[in-house]
Amino acid sequence: MKALCWFGKHDVRVEKVPDPKILNPHDAIVKITTSAICGSDLHLYDGLIPRMEKGDILGHEFMGEVVETGPEVKNLKAGDRVVVPFTMSCGQCFYCQRGLWSLCDNTNPSARESEKMNGYVCAGLYGYSHLYGGYAGGQAQYARVPFANVGPIKIPKGIPDEKAIFLSDIFPTGYMAAENCDIKGGDTIAVWGCGPVGQFAIRSAFLLGAERVIAIDDVPERLEMAREGGAETITADGDAVFEELKEMTGGMGPDGCIDAVGMEAHGATMDARMDRVKQAMKLSMDRPTVLRQALRSCRKGGTVSVPGVYGGFVDKIPFGLVVAKALTIRSGQTHVQRYLKPLLEKIEKNEIDPSFVITHRLALDNAPLGYKAFLKKADKCIKIVLKPHALQQTE
Amino acid sequence: MKMAARDEDAARSSRPRRVAPAVKSGRGVRFQKTITVNRPVQEVFSFWRHLENLPRFMKFVRAVTSNGGNITHWVVTTNGTKLEWDAETIEARPNEVLSWQSLPAADVDNAGSIVFRPAPGKRGTVVNVNLKYAPTGGKAAAKLAKLFGKDAEAVMEEDLFRFKSLIETGEIPTTEGQPHGGV
Repeated sequence: MKALCWFGKHDVRVEKVPDPKILNPHDAIVKITTSAICGSDLHLYDGLIPRMEKGDILGHEFMGEVVETGPEVKNLKAGDRVVVPFTMSCGQCFYCQRGLWSLCDNTNPSARESEKMNGYVCAGLYGYSHLYGGYAGGQAQYARVPFANVGPIKIPKGIPDEKAIFLSDIFPTGYMAAENCDIKGGDTIAVWGCGPVGQFAIRSAFLLGAERVIAIDDVPERLEMAREGGAETITADGDAVFEELKEMTGGMGPDGCIDAVGMEAHGATMDARMDRVKQAMKLSMDRPTVLRQALRSCRKGGTVSVPGVYGGFVDKIPFGLVVAKALTIRSGQTHVQRYLKPLLEKIEKNEIDPSFVITHRLALDNAPLGYKAFLKKADKCIKIVLKPHALQQTE
Repeated sequence: MKMAARDEDAARSSRPRRVAPAVKSGRGVRFQKTITVNRPVQEVFSFWRHLENLPRFMKFVRAVTSNGGNITHWVVTTNGTKLEWDAETIEARPNEVLSWQSLPAADVDNAGSIVFRPAPGKRGTVVNVNLKYAPTGGKAAAKLAKLFGKDAEAVMEEDLFRFKSLIETGEIPTTEGQPHGGV
């Protein structure tokens, strides 16, 4: 089959690789009909994530058709159309049984490494370094889906791929970010970062009853998309954001603040982590600044929700504010399985059409160009979907 | 949790030492770790009681066969080297403790004990594992010493994670055999 493989910083290639096989009793093989490039893939592309190996297949947002199932997979059969969550969950451990799916104890073959890094083992993820298990990802024509008895959700015929695929990650991720703000009627929610997750956080905040959403970014087309979703917007400009937010909220501050920028600066050692923090700070948005701004801007007793992934140590976080203002901080990799059914229902009822976020559609062969464009935010790129079985397009 | 420590470290530690006294003090490598598995204590004990199950999750243990009584025969291979020994089950108190030690003339002098107790809040079983290994001499044993010296901690920790996954889900997570781009 063809698959997008990582070879190093800014070096991804579509290669011919062997087809995946069933390796464990709860595995399934899925023929991928639609895949996507996630903002977090750019951190792999930038070489910021440790424990990548040359040849690793990327991609953790994908859907397709089941072509084969292992002996213990009773809920799926060949021909079923499914979306696959980016987090792998066993369904049997303490965490899965409490709905904390992304904290699953049993899906990460690099359990010991994960424990060394975090103190405890975190779940396996598709195509996201060997710290998360080194699983082959879904920017490919086929994928092996471990624990297929727990993860994938069947998609009814009437729902096209482009409406369903984002159930794999960014829709639940944005939704959980908003849900973590514990929104009550009349609330104002501020969202930093209008990338795909931010866009879903904005729309989810409204779905959950927010009266106002204020979105902050410095990319015009992303702010425009936020406004289309009903948000008021602030063009990010350093410390002015705090003053502007305060002014817009009658001097009170937003009830919930969502940092949808994140950083994902993982590292195995203290200095590696610190180096990556420094690297991250050179990016277009000064990332720790977002978290600082969110903590400062949030109203007293409010919630700061962090869907963006921070990897290691973050410098100069005003923790005194958390105490002084009695803030709640909530975060976590998305417990995707928790949101699949309720969010699919919202799609079926036309409460939301997640395809709004798509700006580009590419054949898998052109994925390397897609990474380049997405990184540079070229051609007003916000979200790229990939068609693994389409013929190569002309560039 | 506490990882494997050399004997001299262990001697300084105030931690209780549970390993049966088969391995002379001052020699070998100790391993100690506690995990909670989300299965009832009866099931977890029964799984370990049948030592034949061990090769299912222990990377280098090829076979453990029982004579039907208290004696088991162990076969371990590493880098093509095969090591064997007999061990005697010393204690098997149902749902509480299981311990064994190798018999004289073993390629690897070793002893182990597993202590089981129900986890609070119906969270399954707390499993406390104590193992000790000391090669008795010879080339093969030296190889194993290398393995169980530097990497002992890693191998045994990984084995325990595999045990937990196996008993909780029926399988051990793996990526061996998955596709990969050519390098």
